[in-house]
Amino acid sequence: MSAARNGSRRDFLKGTLSGAAFLCAGGALAAQPMAAEVGAAGAKSRVVVARDELLRGSGFTVDAQRMRTLLDRAMLALFNRENSLDAWKKIVHPGERVSLKVNTLGGRGISTNVQLVEALCERLQQAGIKSSDIVIWDRDSAELERAGFSLAIGGDRVQCYGTDRMGYEDELSAYGSVGSRFSKILTQRTDVLINLPVLKDHDGAGVTIALKNMYGVIHNPNKYHPNGCNPYVADLNMLPEIRSRMRLVICDATTAMYEGGPAYKPEFCWPCNSLLLSTDAVALDYTGWQMIERKRAEKGLKSLEAEQRGPSYIITSADDEHRLGHCDSKRISVVEV
Amino acid sequence: MNEGAKNPLDRRSFLRCALASGAALGIGGVVKQAAAMPAASASGDNARYIVEAKFYQKLTNSKIKCKLCPRECTVGDKERGYCGVRENRGGTYYSMVHSRVCAAHVDPIEKKPLFHYLPGTVAFSLATAGCNVNCKFCQNWDISQSRPEEIPAQYAPPQRVTELAKQYSCPTIAYTYSEPVVWAEYLMDCADAGHAAGVRSIVVSNGYMQEEALKAAYGKMDAVKIDLKSFTESYYKQVVTGQLKPVLDTLVTLRKMGKWTEIVFLVLPTLNDSDAEFRGLAQWIKANLGADVPLHFTQYHPEYLLKNLPVTPVSTLERAKAIADAEGLHFVYIGNVPGHPAQNTYCPKCRKMIVERVGFVASEMLIKNGKCPFCQQPVPGVWHV
Repeated sequence: MSAARNGSRRDFLKGTLSGAAFLCAGGALAAQPMAAEVGAAGAKSRVVVARDELLRGSGFTVDAQRMRTLLDRAMLALFNRENSLDAWKKIVHPGERVSLKVNTLGGRGISTNVQLVEALCERLQQAGIKSSDIVIWDRDSAELERAGFSLAIGGDRVQCYGTDRMGYEDELSAYGSVGSRFSKILTQRTDVLINLPVLKDHDGAGVTIALKNMYGVIHNPNKYHPNGCNPYVADLNMLPEIRSRMRLVICDATTAMYEGGPAYKPEFCWPCNSLLLSTDAVALDYTGWQMIERKRAEKGLKSLEAEQRGPSYIITSADDEHRLGHCDSKRISVVEV
Repeated sequence: MNEGAKNPLDRRSFLRCALASGAALGIGGVVKQAAAMPAASASGDNARYIVEAKFYQKLTNSKIKCKLCPRECTVGDKERGYCGVRENRGGTYYSMVHSRVCAAHVDPIEKKPLFHYLPGTVAFSLATAGCNVNCKFCQNWDISQSRPEEIPAQYAPPQRVTELAKQYSCPTIAYTYSEPVVWAEYLMDCADAGHAAGVRSIVVSNGYMQEEALKAAYGKMDAVKIDLKSFTESYYKQVVTGQLKPVLDTLVTLRKMGKWTEIVFLVLPTLNDSDAEFRGLAQWIKANLGADVPLHFTQYHPEYLLKNLPVTPVSTLERAKAIADAEGLHFVYIGNVPGHPAQNTYCPKCRKMIVERVGFVASEMLIKNGKCPFCQQPVPGVWHV
């Protein structure tokens, strides 16, 4: 799981030669293969926004085949590959244990879609990951079920359960303002973390997308909501338990919510029919935030900043202390496919 | 929360205690979970623990504002407040911890510490998960900083608690270990059940609460111990994640309510151990609460998120006591230092020892009819059941 194993020699040299900015990023970046590109001076982070207006056909349910196609299209665009399997091999390697951290707080209305997760599991297995080495998880098993997932524990199948089934580590991990116990699913069952948030408004934090989805991997998220979750979200994502494992974010924006979150409020949702992909969680969050702001403006609502709830934690995540990614539009390349 | 500091527990020790508490409750052992394999869910959504919360206000869009503590969390649907034990479900706020006991022990009342309230007795002491602050030195963070579904618990409705208190010859039920403010509904029901059966109630609290909740919940208490964690707002902000002013207001209100109150001040090297802070504290207590309020300066042990400081030197505690004595407080104690002479109670008039303590045990109690046996000076407190 080292940078050398996952980044190309050219990437490595580019990063090394890019000077102080890269060096200052410190050892933690080395553990996150894709973050080397984020840290390189002048480098841009790529965020793919893949859209299919017919994702649901004529009904409400997401079409599984179209979702699979959309995911493939997004992965090809993110990694500049001709073949989706080649793209997945940039992320995972046979023998690794892969966990998919979904977001199921919003029930069936606005959670990570089962169809997306199924498509993802299929591709992971084609990339050489054993089915039993894949875990779909969130904080709570009951929430997973309410969002449409079937619990699966043991056997040679893809696993699916909440942290309530394995518990949290006894020891605290601490950085800055944060001291937390991590889910054992993350620490004991995960080599590669794929973060699968949704795109929605949050009454306190402004928005909740990829970075804040990590509140679902610790035992005490309630302690980190003051001050718009800033700097707590950034500090949490600095912890090596997350940084060393998270290799990809796939934000399920099939349904997105521009107001009233985080609980599902159908009156504030829109059929965004999109997936957002990036290896830079900060850049993805920034991009998602702007999408929500545009929708709010379209609906005649004030901006989040005007409502005193701009997601400042995203900016903090990119500051000199954290350097978790980019939140400057000049350093983000948004690719729409 | 400071109570744990008297007998610091590591997590393993705590779990042992939790198992013991299960036995104490007489309702079966705590289920152990194998780490290797996901076990049946220990969560969480058990209706018998969930009651509508008191002290909150409904807002628009299914939000609520909690009015229990000064934090006044605005909580959206499906979210919890800072304490982690109160949840908004569709615009109605619920306590998730009624009768959900994660620790229960029979403790000497001196362990709370209450030195002037029924010395030599034992208290049936219990806790649920949750706390409304996040002290970086917390000794019981395993339970106080966890959500209820994350830790083993037993169902202990108020009537059962009362029965157990009587069974173990405890004249009091003590609400302690975590922060009882956040399980106010359960505490109030336990106090009512206890009083109906002749069992009193005492609470060990940080005092960080709103006045209405204080009067309603602690109005049912017979004695209160408040952890006054510092005498500066900056410390409260940085180390406690709270505010000083509301705690001082609580102390004044308790005084007006006529509740027997003792104060603990946990002394952390370099953070709250200056002469000026000790002096300011003592002067404030004397001016606002009177000279007879017992004040306990207790020793800090490294724990939780503050492990980089040494154990408080005994000389620092003695300096604090000397300053408070000089300011005119009558009952200043040193805690967490077994065998220290400042654990004993001395008559404020003749200075003779009138209660001797060894560890948590009141080994000699000479006070008779609330007076010093040597000079007949009245000694404030509640000395006999």
